[in-house]
Amino acid sequence: MEVKTFDIEAIRRDFPVLDQEVNGYPLVYLDNAATSQKPTVVVDSLRDYYLKINSNIHRGVHHLSQVATDAFEQTREKVRDFINAEHSHEIIFTSGTTEGINLVAHVLGKKVIEPWHEILISEMEHHSNIVPWQLLAEYTGAKLVTIPITDEGELDMEEYHTLLNENTAIVAVSHISNSLGTINPVKEIIASAHEVNAWVLIDGAQSAPHMRIDVRDLDADFYVFSAHKMCGPTGVGVLYGKESILNELPPYKGGGEMISEVSMEKSTYADLPHKFEAGTPNIGEVVAFKSALDYLDEVGLENIAAYEHELLAYAMEKLSTIEGIVFHGTAKKKTSVISFNLKGIHPYDVGMILDKLGVAVRTGHHCTQPVMKRYDIPGTVRASMAFYNTKEEIDRLYNAVLKAQQMLS
Amino acid sequence: MTIAEKQKEIVDEFSFFEDWMQKYDYLIELGKELPIIDEQYKTDDHIIKGCQSRVWLNAELKDGKVLYSADSDAIITKGIISLLIRAYSDESPEAIVEADTAFIDEIGLKEHLSPTRANGLLSMIKQMKFYALAMQSKSN
Repeated sequence: MEVKTFDIEAIRRDFPVLDQEVNGYPLVYLDNAATSQKPTVVVDSLRDYYLKINSNIHRGVHHLSQVATDAFEQTREKVRDFINAEHSHEIIFTSGTTEGINLVAHVLGKKVIEPWHEILISEMEHHSNIVPWQLLAEYTGAKLVTIPITDEGELDMEEYHTLLNENTAIVAVSHISNSLGTINPVKEIIASAHEVNAWVLIDGAQSAPHMRIDVRDLDADFYVFSAHKMCGPTGVGVLYGKESILNELPPYKGGGEMISEVSMEKSTYADLPHKFEAGTPNIGEVVAFKSALDYLDEVGLENIAAYEHELLAYAMEKLSTIEGIVFHGTAKKKTSVISFNLKGIHPYDVGMILDKLGVAVRTGHHCTQPVMKRYDIPGTVRASMAFYNTKEEIDRLYNAVLKAQQMLS
Repeated sequence: MTIAEKQKEIVDEFSFFEDWMQKYDYLIELGKELPIIDEQYKTDDHIIKGCQSRVWLNAELKDGKVLYSADSDAIITKGIISLLIRAYSDESPEAIVEADTAFIDEIGLKEHLSPTRANGLLSMIKQMKFYALAMQSKSN
């Protein structure tokens, strides 16, 4: 696909961090699935917040508190629009994807989950979409069931439909796998789950930065993601939940902000979204997150997706020519994540040499130990690309991998 | 040769390398040459789990000296293990307990001993000293 109105040089200038040397080489940052870099507008926004409007939000009568509250709530509205949610009070700010999943797992345990229930997750999940459900199963007596993955790193959908049954209370799967790059057919997953009246939580940590998300089109019950992977600050995440469901669920943490009235015996809880937002949130970071979303909109998520796809195709074409390279995750639908190994060489060693050559990749199990077990490998080398990466950088990756292979064989 | 003398010898050797590539080529060679630990010791009792690479370590006391053997699944880690074993093995438990690892810093490989590397090396050094300490109290 030809990408128009996509000025890569201009985009790179928006990310000053990219312009530096590491170990004497220009940095090639290919660890975007772990966290993205931040454009100047986001850093400026964070700085402006602290220098000009810092104040605690909600219930403040004074001017600055009003300004801060408005800015904070503008981000909520922006997120609503960004993922096409119906109401802005369906947007709950969390500290990140991990907290979003923990929140849902925790409150479901208080009210919804019964010992005869089944919780359905998949073999490709990040540990943060496994462990909260294991904990939930442990303290409710519910059964945790796993959808297996195929050799290519796709969900075994046939098996999914078999595993789904009337006891299934919740299905929790990632939209995109962080270690394999697979794009899962979440719309189909959600539709089937709804047929047996199960709710679905989608872990969107890897999808929200790379594609247009429409929670209403997907009909997702819960959708969670992190700001820091989408050019935003760390410490901010979003939990989207359908209004009807969120209203039904009990609060997560107790504290200020989340109450309506408090007596020493009992409290009544605030309405959405505040019911789930106890305590002072990361106000400045939430405010700056809006700048990140505006920035992504300006570049255009469709442009981003198309350009990243081009990078992926180019990288696969180049890397495939390396003798002894083995790719993990070769799904038909993939984002710009390439997990690989060199035959007979430990991924840690490859990562060390790549780092020496200024190429930043991640090595190890990527918090997906079941995936590593599935393929019987100690880990992988993972190069994950973003829209500010270039083909020249892919060439640098390619040459560095060749060099590592030569040194380590 | 004392541990300090052996460490100095290693530092001198590394001073001849002109760039990181020569240094790593040498480490990788050392990793390949390291006598692999006897299979019977490559068990969970002897494993030191790093998040990234795994290390196996065994220690024996022979004629008042500690003999170490080790292995790792990552070759660069193994190369550094080789240096550590060269410095510490075949020494008295007392000398090993007293010794430090400043030489790793001096040869520019300090980053490998950083806890964030999670390669098991830092835990391995602790374990080497722990063995020495246990043997010291046993022989006393």
